[in-house]
Amino acid sequence: MRARPLSPHLSVYRFKYTLTTSILNRLTGMVLSAGLLVLVYWLMALSGGARGYEQARALLGLAPFKLVYAALLIAFCYHLVAGIRHLVWDTGRGLEKRQSQRSAWLITVVSLVLMALLGYWWLAAGGRAP
Amino acid sequence: MKSLRSPLGRVVGLGSAGDGVHHWWMQRLTSIALVPLTIWFVVSILSLKTLDHVTVIAWMAQSWTAVLLILLVLVATWHSQLGVRVVVEDYVHSAGTKTLTLVIVTFAHTLLAAAGVFAILKVAFGGAA
Repeated sequence: MRARPLSPHLSVYRFKYTLTTSILNRLTGMVLSAGLLVLVYWLMALSGGARGYEQARALLGLAPFKLVYAALLIAFCYHLVAGIRHLVWDTGRGLEKRQSQRSAWLITVVSLVLMALLGYWWLAAGGRAP
Repeated sequence: MKSLRSPLGRVVGLGSAGDGVHHWWMQRLTSIALVPLTIWFVVSILSLKTLDHVTVIAWMAQSWTAVLLILLVLVATWHSQLGVRVVVEDYVHSAGTKTLTLVIVTFAHTLLAAAGVFAILKVAFGGAA
């Protein structure tokens, strides 16, 4: 392949915290993509009838999977809020340096609040797995 | 300054990758759709009394639940495929590995979408009772 300009040139940037909000959006997106495997496995187990589903539940209820659900919950909250920030940017608003610094803090706070709320709800429901 | 792009190229507007803004636009469309769909899904799951077979099947067999779940699976796998594709394109630098990874990513997402939709329909049509 002919050598062409490549992006991203991650190493040429000086570190700024706004950079973290960007990479976290990718990271949480990847986590959620992996979560689709769990979702579809759960759906397939459900469709296989009661007995097969109970076996799948026994697997999905194991302690390590609680960590997976916690990770998915955190990733979902962040990716949702950060994604909405991207949609606002797409309208051409909030792209100035100051504004994006402020929105970086805003999405951090809002997603943390959302994590707390959903996390509390999840734990109140027994921190349950399927 | 005289543009180096041909007049035809500018009118067609598909750029060097031949795909124009299609990827960008679909990523936006799917993300807008996923805001209500994912919130609905998370709230619904957390609202169910238990996640035993009878409870979940009864919930999933409702028409609107099934329809929204199918949309969720389709749009989420689509959005995921678009996102993972960009990550692979950005970070996998060797051409062969990149193409192979993209093929696997596309196939895997298609499989997930098909399996998810099939499972939901089977439950909705009473095939999992």
